[in-house]
Amino acid sequence: MYVYDEYDQSIVDARVEEFRDQVNRRLSGAMTEDQFKPLRLMNGLYLQLHAYMLRVAVPYGTLDSRQMRMLGHIARKYDRGYGHFTTRQNIQYNWIKLADAPDILAELATVQMHAIQTSGNCIRNISSDQFAGAAADEVADPRPWAELLRQWSTFHSEFTYLPRKFKIAVIAADEDRAAMRLHDIGIQLLTRDGVLGAKIFVGGGMGRTPMIAHEVKDFITADHLMSYLEACLRVYNRYGRRDNIYKARIKILLHEIGVDAYREQVEAEFAAIRDLGIDPPVAELERITAMFAGPDFATDAPDTVDRSDPDFAVWLDQNVAAHKQPGHAIVTISLKPIGGIPGDASADQIDLMADLAERYGHDELRVTHAQNIVLPHVRKADLYAIWTALREAGLAEANLDLISDIIACPGLDYCSLANARSIPLAQKIGERFAGRQRELGELKLKISGCINACGHHHAGHIGILGVDKKGTENYQLLLGGSGAEDVSLGKITGPGFDEDGVVDAIERVTDRYVELREADERFLDTYRRVGMQPFKEAIYG
Amino acid sequence: MKLLTGNDLSTGDVVWWTGRDWSRHIEDAVDVGGQGEAILRAEEGARRVNVPYLIDAEATEQGPRPAHIKDRIRALGPTVRPDLTLKPADADAGAWVI
Repeated sequence: MYVYDEYDQSIVDARVEEFRDQVNRRLSGAMTEDQFKPLRLMNGLYLQLHAYMLRVAVPYGTLDSRQMRMLGHIARKYDRGYGHFTTRQNIQYNWIKLADAPDILAELATVQMHAIQTSGNCIRNISSDQFAGAAADEVADPRPWAELLRQWSTFHSEFTYLPRKFKIAVIAADEDRAAMRLHDIGIQLLTRDGVLGAKIFVGGGMGRTPMIAHEVKDFITADHLMSYLEACLRVYNRYGRRDNIYKARIKILLHEIGVDAYREQVEAEFAAIRDLGIDPPVAELERITAMFAGPDFATDAPDTVDRSDPDFAVWLDQNVAAHKQPGHAIVTISLKPIGGIPGDASADQIDLMADLAERYGHDELRVTHAQNIVLPHVRKADLYAIWTALREAGLAEANLDLISDIIACPGLDYCSLANARSIPLAQKIGERFAGRQRELGELKLKISGCINACGHHHAGHIGILGVDKKGTENYQLLLGGSGAEDVSLGKITGPGFDEDGVVDAIERVTDRYVELREADERFLDTYRRVGMQPFKEAIYG
Repeated sequence: MKLLTGNDLSTGDVVWWTGRDWSRHIEDAVDVGGQGEAILRAEEGARRVNVPYLIDAEATEQGPRPAHIKDRIRALGPTVRPDLTLKPADADAGAWVI
C-alpha cells in the first residue's frame, strides 16, 4: 500500500487547518452560506436532508486495517454509529455537526486519509478494480497508476474548476469490475509487444444523459500516460460547456463535436506537451510501484477447503473468488443483508472487518463500487474462520452478484437531491427474492432515487429510477444495462409503478426470464437474445 | 398553511420556525402566512439557519403536515432507521410520512 511522504502529509495537514479556519468563520457569522458552500464542498462536507454529510475518500478503494478502524471510530465518536459505503468506493457519514468536521479531518489525517476530491468540479477520487493485486487476470497492478493519478490530480491548479465533476477509473484486466466505461475517462492497462501501456476511453457516464465511453486512444505507452491524460483534460477544460450544468460533462462535449474531432484536439495538445516533463521520472514511478508489491504469500498454503458445512459452502461458492496465488482467495463481504440497508455498516462491523484484515488478510481491505468490502488476500485455510466471524456479525450474506446484492443510493431517506426513496425498495426486493435468488443466478439490480443516477440504474441488468410524480414516489423500470466489460445501458420498460407495483413487476420479469432462459443463461443474456418485448408483455399484459 | 424551515447552521438539524425561534419539532411550527418572505429574509441575515425556505403544509389534529414527502421525511427522520427519527418509540411514525 502507498505510504505518504512528507509532502503528502503536509498537504493534507495544511488543508485541515485551512478548513478549520473556514468553519470557524462560518460559525461566527463572518461568512455567508453562499460564501462557505464551495469551501465545505471542497472538503467533502455536504448539507443533506437531516444534517451535514461528510464523504471521506478511499483512494481507489484501498485501505488498511488502521484506516478502517479510523472509519469505525469516526462513526462511533462523531456520527450515529454507522457509515455508508458508496458507489465511488468512498464512505459517507450522515449525521455530522459542522463544528466537528475539522476534528474529523484531523483524525483522518493521522491515518493518511482525507475528504479531498469527494465533491466539486474537480477530478474526483480515482476508482479502480477491487481485486487489484490479487486477480489472476490482470496484466499489471492498476493501483500504482491510480496513486499516480491521485497525486497528479490533487489540487491540480488547472483542473480544480473544470466545467463539471470528472471521474476516472483504472483497470488492468479484460474483466471490468470497476464500470470503467461509465467514467469520464476509463483507462485499461494492457501490454503490447511486451510494453506496458493503456487504452483510453473518454466520455462515459450515467446521470441524466447516460453514455458509454468512446475509445479515443488504442494504445498509449505508460511512459506518456500522464501527459496524454493531461491533454484529454485540457481539451475538455477549454471546450467543455460552462453555460449549462446539464451539458457540462465531457460526454456532452464528445457528443456535440464528435469523437474524431475531440481526438484530433487531444492529439494536437499531446504533441505540444508530451515532452514538457509532465510524466513522472522513472524513479518516482518505481518508488510508488514498490509500495504496492504484494505481500509475502505463503508458498505452502493448502489449496483445498473443507466444504462439509453446507452454509459455508454456499458462501464459498458465491462470495469467494480465485486468487492469483495458489492456496489463497479473495473474499467479498456483502453489505447487503436481506432486509438491510445496502452499503451501511455499523462501527462494530467496520472494526470487525478491520480485525479480520489484520489477522487473516495481510492488513488490506477494499471498498467496491457495488458497496461491498473485499479482503483481497486471505489463505484458503482461514476461510472458515473468517466466515464464522462474519456470520456472527451479520456480514455473511451469500449473495454476491445475485438479485439481493443491490446497489442503492441513499435516496429520499437522506439525500436532498432525491425524488424517491431507494432503500425501502431495496429491502422489499431483497425480502421478496431471498428464497429464490440463487435459482435466478447472476442478476445485478441497481436503484437510483433520482436522475443523477448515483445508484447506477442505467447499468443494472434490472435498473430502477425513482421519480417524483405529482408529489408521490414513482419508479421506472429499466432492463438490459451492464457496467461490466459487456457494457450497455438499460432501456425503460414503459409506464412507472408505485413501490409495491415495481416489486411485483420485477417478479413478473424474473418469472418470464425463468421461462425463456436456455441452459444456464444469465438474465442479461436472455434479455439480449429475446429483447424487451416478452418482458413488456409479462409486465403490462 | 405556510411553514418556514431550514437546517441549523451548527448541527445541520432540520428546524422549523415557531414564531419567535427555531425548533426541531414540526409540532412547534406556526403558519407564517403572508409574513413568510419577510421572516425568511430576516433569518437569513441572522445566519443561524442554512438555506431557509417556505413550504406548503396542511393543518391536522396531529399538527402541521408538509405537503411534500421530502419535507415529511425531513420532519421525522429516515424512514428506514426508525431508531434515528425524532419519534423512535412510535412504531406508526413512518405511516405519517407515506
